[in-house]
Amino acid sequence: MGTSLQLSEVQQQQLRQAIQDGLPLTPQPYQTLATALGVSESAVMQTLTQWMDDGLIKRFGLVVKHHALGYRSNAMVVWDVPDHQVDQIGQILSQADAVTLCYQRPRRLPEWRYNLFTMIHGKSRSMVMEQLAELIVQHELDGISRDVLFSYRLFKQCGGHYSGRSQPVNHVTRCHSQQTVRSSCTARSSRNEQSQVAYG
Amino acid sequence: MDNIDKQLVNRLQDGFPVTPRPFLTVAEELGLEESEVMERVQTLLDDGILSRFGPMFQAERLGGGLTLAAMKVAPEDYEKVTEQVNAFPEVAHNYQREHELNMWFVLATETPEGIQDTIDRMEEVTGYKVYNMPKQEEFYVGLRFEL
Repeated sequence: MGTSLQLSEVQQQQLRQAIQDGLPLTPQPYQTLATALGVSESAVMQTLTQWMDDGLIKRFGLVVKHHALGYRSNAMVVWDVPDHQVDQIGQILSQADAVTLCYQRPRRLPEWRYNLFTMIHGKSRSMVMEQLAELIVQHELDGISRDVLFSYRLFKQCGGHYSGRSQPVNHVTRCHSQQTVRSSCTARSSRNEQSQVAYG
Repeated sequence: MDNIDKQLVNRLQDGFPVTPRPFLTVAEELGLEESEVMERVQTLLDDGILSRFGPMFQAERLGGGLTLAAMKVAPEDYEKVTEQVNAFPEVAHNYQREHELNMWFVLATETPEGIQDTIDRMEEVTGYKVYNMPKQEEFYVGLRFEL
């Protein structure tokens, strides 16, 4: 199996598990993974590239703890966009430098009328509000109702569960056939990691 | 963090090469030694500046459930409800925000069906309605923190 470029289903699961905690810090990290899995380096590289093309991997790089870098003011800026304009406004907002997230979500009337959610992270509230004001002027968004929800207390953040845990490479995590042997902690920690990036 | 660290973090936020010697590629771009890049990444991880270095999976594509939910909690109940909500292992993080809907948290579950099940149990325990606001569409953002 060492030379085939196509990884089997099980090998793909093993690779997914192996990189869940991050990439090995070795000069040839893809070779390190390949050796551990008993496959070729080029198969690992090709599979990762394919996953990126397919969108299974949305980013390849690093997760910055923005709190540690001084980005402590996080605002959820929500917009009440006419349904037929959601795509257009969503594109505009997502391209703005200040915006770190842009999702369409359902309204929950009457309590919640906003359908487009963006996050703006800044080092201070005034910096966030300045960026928002610029964004509104620049893209003529003044006609769209919005609200700014700063967070002022963080009650729970599970990202800490993530570090320091490692699992053997040959631990099969999840099959398409509903057979789940991954621990719930593992599954949650990886998802929490993503959500933490999104809203932290 | 010195200036080299900042350059390195900025560079790595743009992605990491899928080439046989990726650290060497990055090192050459920044005028550093390969070993120095690896050591600096390790130090940034150890110091907690980076929480992770590697690929980020699209959570939903892995077969689980993920949603953003909110509650409108009376101020006098806030502490109690916070404890009740946070006791659910499915709650990733929980922020108090300035709005009538004042409690916002992310739920992550093993299966898509797990979201509704968790919300049902949460409403029963707290006595408050949970507003489920799952993602309908994600607009691409190049998430980046310029240093």
